[in-house]
Amino acid sequence: MHSTARAFKANARTAVEDPQLKRALRHVKEGFIHKRAKAVARLPEFEALRDAARAIKDHTLAHLDLYLEHYEARVTAHGGQVHWCVTAADARAAVLDICRRVGAKTVTKGKSMIAEEIALNEHLEANGITPVETDLGEYIIQLRHEPPSHIIAPAVHLTKDVIEADFRAKHTHLPTGRSLGEARELVDEARTVLRERFLKADVGITGANFLVAETGSSVIVTNEGNGDLTQILPRVHIVVASLEKIVPTLEDLSIILRVLARSATGQEFSTYTTVSTGPKRPEDPDGPEEYHVILLDNGRSAMLGSVFRDALRCIRCGACMNHCPVYHAVGGHAYGWVYPGPIGAVLTPALIGLENAADLPNASTFCGRCEAVCPMEIPLPRLMRHWREQEFARHLTPLAARTGLGLWAFFAKRPTLYRWAMRAAMKALGRLGRRRGRFSTLPLAGGWTRFRDMPAPEGETFQAAWAARHGRARAQGGQR
Amino acid sequence: MSESAEPASSSSPRVGLFVTCLVDLFRPSVGFAAVKLLEEAGCRVEVPSQQTCCGQPAYNSGDRADAQDLARQTVAAFEGFDYVVAPSGSCAAMLREHYPALLGEDPRWAERARALAARTWELVSFLTDVRGVQAVAARFEGTVTYHDSCSGLRELGIRAQPRALLSTVAGLRLNELPDADVCCGFGGTFCVKYPEISNVMVSEKVTCIEASGAQTVLAGDLGCLLNMAGKLHRAGVAVRARHVAEVLAGMADGPAIGEPAPTSDNAVAAKG
Repeated sequence: MHSTARAFKANARTAVEDPQLKRALRHVKEGFIHKRAKAVARLPEFEALRDAARAIKDHTLAHLDLYLEHYEARVTAHGGQVHWCVTAADARAAVLDICRRVGAKTVTKGKSMIAEEIALNEHLEANGITPVETDLGEYIIQLRHEPPSHIIAPAVHLTKDVIEADFRAKHTHLPTGRSLGEARELVDEARTVLRERFLKADVGITGANFLVAETGSSVIVTNEGNGDLTQILPRVHIVVASLEKIVPTLEDLSIILRVLARSATGQEFSTYTTVSTGPKRPEDPDGPEEYHVILLDNGRSAMLGSVFRDALRCIRCGACMNHCPVYHAVGGHAYGWVYPGPIGAVLTPALIGLENAADLPNASTFCGRCEAVCPMEIPLPRLMRHWREQEFARHLTPLAARTGLGLWAFFAKRPTLYRWAMRAAMKALGRLGRRRGRFSTLPLAGGWTRFRDMPAPEGETFQAAWAARHGRARAQGGQR
Repeated sequence: MSESAEPASSSSPRVGLFVTCLVDLFRPSVGFAAVKLLEEAGCRVEVPSQQTCCGQPAYNSGDRADAQDLARQTVAAFEGFDYVVAPSGSCAAMLREHYPALLGEDPRWAERARALAARTWELVSFLTDVRGVQAVAARFEGTVTYHDSCSGLRELGIRAQPRALLSTVAGLRLNELPDADVCCGFGGTFCVKYPEISNVMVSEKVTCIEASGAQTVLAGDLGCLLNMAGKLHRAGVAVRARHVAEVLAGMADGPAIGEPAPTSDNAVAAKG
C-alpha cells in the first residue's frame, strides 16, 4: 500500500478540520470503550488471561522457527501448500501465480490487513483480476477507493449518510426510490449485491487471525459470516498471513480467543470463529479443492531480533487505537499506511522504514492508555520511545527541535547557571505577565499560544524563594 | 493540620523535595504548599539546590545521552534522604519507573538509580500511603473536579489518594470529571510539536470540565494544569485551575493558574 505516513502532520491538520470525520470518530470513542470495559468487568480472570495469552505468544516467538516448520508440515500433510514469502512483492507474485494457474477472473476476499499491507487488490486489478471485498466495511471502502481507517472496523471513519450516498451512486441497477436510511437496509443491500459475487468467484482469499502449529489450521474470527462464504464456495482458498500469527496448539488458541473479542468489540466471542484445515477431503460435503497459505515475513524476522519484538505479540484487536486520544482526534487515515493508532506507530517504522514514518512514534503523549488495555501487554509507549531514540541517534529529528533540546539540556545540566538564568527569565516573564496573568502570544511559543494562553509565571523561582527564606546554609544543605 | 501529623524532630524522616522544573519556574507556591503538607505530616524537608529537571523532555525526545546525564545529576543531588517527594506524578514516575532502566547498564549508577527509585514518591500518595495521612485541616469553599494525570494514574496507580484527602477539605464538594482518565493533550513537547492534535484533546477536556459543573479543576501535575488553564482562559470558560497541593495545604487564596496577581496596578486596571 502506498504510504502517506511522511505527511502525518499535514494529514492530521486536514483530519481535525473534517466535521464528518469528527462525527464518525465519536462512535469509536463512545462505542468500543464502554463495551470493552463491560466485557472485562464481567470476567474476573481477565487479567490472568492476559498474562497467560502474553506468555503463549512470548513462548511462540522464542521458538518461532520450530513452530513454523511444524505448521508447514501439518498443512502439507492435509494436502495444502505453504508459500514462504520474504517481501510483499513475493507475496503478491505468489497469489497472482495461483490465480493465473486456475484461470481466475474474480476473487472474493475476506478482511485481511496483510492483503492491505502487500497492496494485493491493486496488484490483482493491474493484472486483469477483479477482487471483491466481502466484509461490509471493506466493501464500502473498496467502493470509495479508500484504505481502511481501523484494523477491525475499516469504515469507522464514515457516517451512515455517506455510505447511503455511496450505495446510491454505485448500485445503479437498484431502484432509485428505495429506502436506505437505516443501517439494517444498508446491510441488506450489501448482502444482496455480494451474494451474487460469492457464487461467481474462482478464488477466495482470507487473512488469518491465527495459524495453529499443532493442526496446520488457519483461524478467522468474524461477525458477518462473509469469511466462511469466501473460503468455502470458490475452488481455491488462499490464506494470506504474516508469520507471527502462529500459536502452538488449539488449547493456546482458546485462551487468546477469550481476550481477543472482549478487547476488540466487547463481545465475549465473535459471531463466527472458523477453523480451516487443508482442502476439501473426499468425505467432505463442501470446501475448496486447493488450499494455499501465503506466509509473509516482510520485516518481521528482523523485528524478532530487535527491541521491537514485543510488538509481534499483537493480535490486531484494535483496543489500543480505540482508547487512543490521538486516534480519536485524527482517525486512522492520518497515520498514512495500513496500521493506525499506537500499534501502527510502532509497526509502521519497522515495516516501511523509520525515515518514512518518523512522526508516528512521536505523535503520542505517552498517556499509556494503549498499554493499559492491550490484551497482549505490549509496552507500546516504551516501543514508541525506542523509535524516538533511533530517530535522534540517526539525526532524523528536525533541526529546530534538536537545537531547542540541545540548548535546554545545556542549561539543565549546569544547575548553578540554570538557577541564575531561569531566575532572570522568570522575573522578566512574571513582570510582563503580571497584569493579565497570562500571555496570548509569546515569542518562540507559537505552538502553544496558537490554541491556548500561556499562564504567566509567578515571578520568583521556587529555588530563589526557598534560598531567601532559609538562608544560604540550608539551601546548600541538600548538596551532598 | 493532619490527624497523624507529628512535630518534626530528629527522628522525623528527612525528605528531599524534588520541586520539578515547572513548579520551580512557573508556580513556586505549589512547592511551598508541598513543603507545608510534608512538614505537617512530620517530615523534615530539604531542597537540594543541584536539581533542575528530571530529564523527561530529553528522554521522551529520544535524546538518551542528555536524559542519562540529567538522571545522574538528580540521583547525585538526592542521595542521603529517607525519601524523595515530587508534587508531580509525571516527574515522580520518571525517577521511580524510568531512571533504573535509563541507568541500568551503567555499572557505577545502576544501583544508585534503583535506590533512588525505591525512595521516590509523588506528593499526595506519599502523604497517604507512607505517612498515613487520612485528613487535612484545610478549608476550600466551592465545587471542584479532579483530572487524573496520565503518568500518576497509570504508572504510579494514583487515583484514590487525592480524592480521599480532598474529601476531608471543609467546604469542598468534588464533582467527578467525565473521562477524568483521558489525557489532556499536554504530553510535554507533544503539545508544541502537534498543536492541532493537542488542541482537539484539550478542547475535549474543557468540554468535560464544563460538564462537571465545577468552579475549579484540580490536578497533581503542573504541565497538565498549564495546558488546561491556558485553554480554559482562551475559550473564555470561567473555571479556575489549581494544583491539588494548594487546596490540600489550605494555600489556595492567591490567584489561580493564569490569573493576574492582585496588585494595585490591577485594581486600577480593573476600574479603568
